[in-house]
Amino acid sequence: MSINRRNFLKLATAAACVGSASSAKSQEYFAGWPDRYGMLTDTTLCIGTNCRKCEEACKKVNELPPHDVPLSDNTVFDRQRRTDPENYTVVNRFPNVEDPEKPIYVKSQCMHCNEPACASACLVKAFTKTSEGPVIYNKDLCIGCRYCMIACPFNIPTYDYLRPFDPQVRKCTMCYDRIKEGKIPACAEICPKEAITFGKRSDLIDLAHERIRNHPDSYIRHIFGEHEAGGTSWLYLAGVGFENVGFPSELGETPYPSLTRGFLGAVPLVLTIWPVFLIGLYKFSQHREEVEKNIRSSGAGRDE
Amino acid sequence: MARVSIRELRVKNWFSEKILLGNSPGEYVRGLVTPFNIIAAAILAVGLPITWIRFTQGIGAATNLSNTNPWGLWIGVDVLCGVALAAGGFVIGTAVHLMGMKKYYPIVRPAVLTGFLGYFFVVVGLCYDLGRPWRLPYPMVVSYGVTSVMFLVGWHVALYLSVQFVEYSPALFEWLGLKRIRKWAMRLTVIATVFGAILSTLHQSALGALFLLAPHNLHPLWYSPFLPVFFFISAIAAGITMVIFESMLSHRIFGRQISHEDHENFDGLTLGLGKVAAAVLFTYFCLKWVGVAHDNHWALLDTSLGHWFLLEVFGFVLAPCLLFYWATRQRNVQLVRMGAIWTVLGIIFNRVNVSMIAMNWNQTDRYSPSWMEFAVTITIITVGLLTFRFIVNRMPILYRHPNFDYEH
Repeated sequence: MSINRRNFLKLATAAACVGSASSAKSQEYFAGWPDRYGMLTDTTLCIGTNCRKCEEACKKVNELPPHDVPLSDNTVFDRQRRTDPENYTVVNRFPNVEDPEKPIYVKSQCMHCNEPACASACLVKAFTKTSEGPVIYNKDLCIGCRYCMIACPFNIPTYDYLRPFDPQVRKCTMCYDRIKEGKIPACAEICPKEAITFGKRSDLIDLAHERIRNHPDSYIRHIFGEHEAGGTSWLYLAGVGFENVGFPSELGETPYPSLTRGFLGAVPLVLTIWPVFLIGLYKFSQHREEVEKNIRSSGAGRDE
Repeated sequence: MARVSIRELRVKNWFSEKILLGNSPGEYVRGLVTPFNIIAAAILAVGLPITWIRFTQGIGAATNLSNTNPWGLWIGVDVLCGVALAAGGFVIGTAVHLMGMKKYYPIVRPAVLTGFLGYFFVVVGLCYDLGRPWRLPYPMVVSYGVTSVMFLVGWHVALYLSVQFVEYSPALFEWLGLKRIRKWAMRLTVIATVFGAILSTLHQSALGALFLLAPHNLHPLWYSPFLPVFFFISAIAAGITMVIFESMLSHRIFGRQISHEDHENFDGLTLGLGKVAAAVLFTYFCLKWVGVAHDNHWALLDTSLGHWFLLEVFGFVLAPCLLFYWATRQRNVQLVRMGAIWTVLGIIFNRVNVSMIAMNWNQTDRYSPSWMEFAVTITIITVGLLTFRFIVNRMPILYRHPNFDYEH
């Protein structure tokens, strides 16, 4: 009996250690791959009208069907568009609160988070934060639960709802294949206004600060993506508050994976404590039954 | 030659006795023409073609899901409500087998069967919703996304489905007359119940924890760091009330199968469950306010979604709670049953709020289910009911098989 108990305690301790060790490891602070790349979109430089060359280049590189209306058709700006399976990036127009004459154009696409919510949400590890910076997707693992789409703080991933046999999650890859070939992402390459800059993320942050310093009237003092949701590889500069140009305003700086860390950390505790507690309940009820039986039989004995 | 025909005869007899309930095929088929079956057939006549459309033309051909609203009715109702309402198996199992509340023994089997079928049809519903359902085993055998709450849900639902099969299997083996295997299965009952309770604690709460990753899209009154606890406690309430509801229906529909003694005690069991339901709902009601207070969201209560939240918490948690309290004090069984139906609706209301109504409340692209999504959900529920009936009519679920010993 005592050996059993000792063995059990050993096991329980071991289980608890494994549990706490794994959660301690997951809480380790990871500052990100040191030399990872990023992109800097300067919304004050984007012209939008008659352009959208970045969208076109993106479609070409990713072999997506071409636009059904010509790029010169500016009515597309009359409504807000979002990414979809045929458009990994879209440019939207926002009214300029500072200068109504000059609307603001904002290109949106995957932000390539430092600690991606999609990757932490995926139950088959279909997303990878590469050491180069891009967050990439493996269609050969995905089962199509679309939890990544629920989790993404920027509502970026899209799904092939009309493909019955090989649907995929689709989103910007930051041209991972091109980066590996030594090229730069297609949108950054094509942009006629150099509104999109590719480079080491740390250099881009320096560059963005420099621009803000040199032109304090053109920019607000905030680089979107430097710290949002734990930081993103894609960074933005703007002349107005980001909440006015379609960016979520209440993201905070906490990396998304830490939102479920507490819960996942409690799982080994429940797995360790619950069995003992429940078997204890069972033993307790057995004991009570026995006592009741004894009382009944002794009571019955007296009656006779 | 003669031997073969005897074997054939045996198979025929077996089939007629076990499957056709002692009827000839002709009699059996004629007996199937009942109002309920005609409605069920009509539902299937709609649901099956939609199933075809879904699996040959894609999810988008049957649903209103979009890139902004990736989860809809099938996740919100078929999965979230299905799992919560199937919690009765683990709740009653724990009460009877672990806590020694033996008077609830007569309802263990129907509760476990409801749980088992509930989970089974949750998985069926999930297969409609998954983009590539044939990859369902991937998180178990191909790639382990251990940082994902969904990973935990997947594993636990799979394990729990197996555990529930073990818990249900003695009835199956009694029906088949397999004494020895049945004895082994009975021996596993306690350990299966322990395992089932652990798995249920974790995955019921994990379904709430899924939404911890959606603070940006889920309305703050429903988003809370306590979501796992909310889902777990409300699942207990859902399980208990679903057992009240299910046993009420069983006693009406399959009353002849139930022994006189069990009929006599039935009202007492319903009242007992009603008391527990009142306590659990009151706990849940308080927890919801702990959530509001914790994040200091009082100011949001006087908005339109705030009123919706108040409707949920007062109208579908506190109100049935008070009804249970009053009804059990008055020993009014009918009112307890009303409270059970009310609570079941309340749990559905909550899961629909979390997954659809309070979800993406800040987006312009809002979701409402297509008629085909409703049709699939209704079809799955119908097939679930038919399966339940098929089993109850054949296996000892509502009564004790005279040839077997139930002491353990």
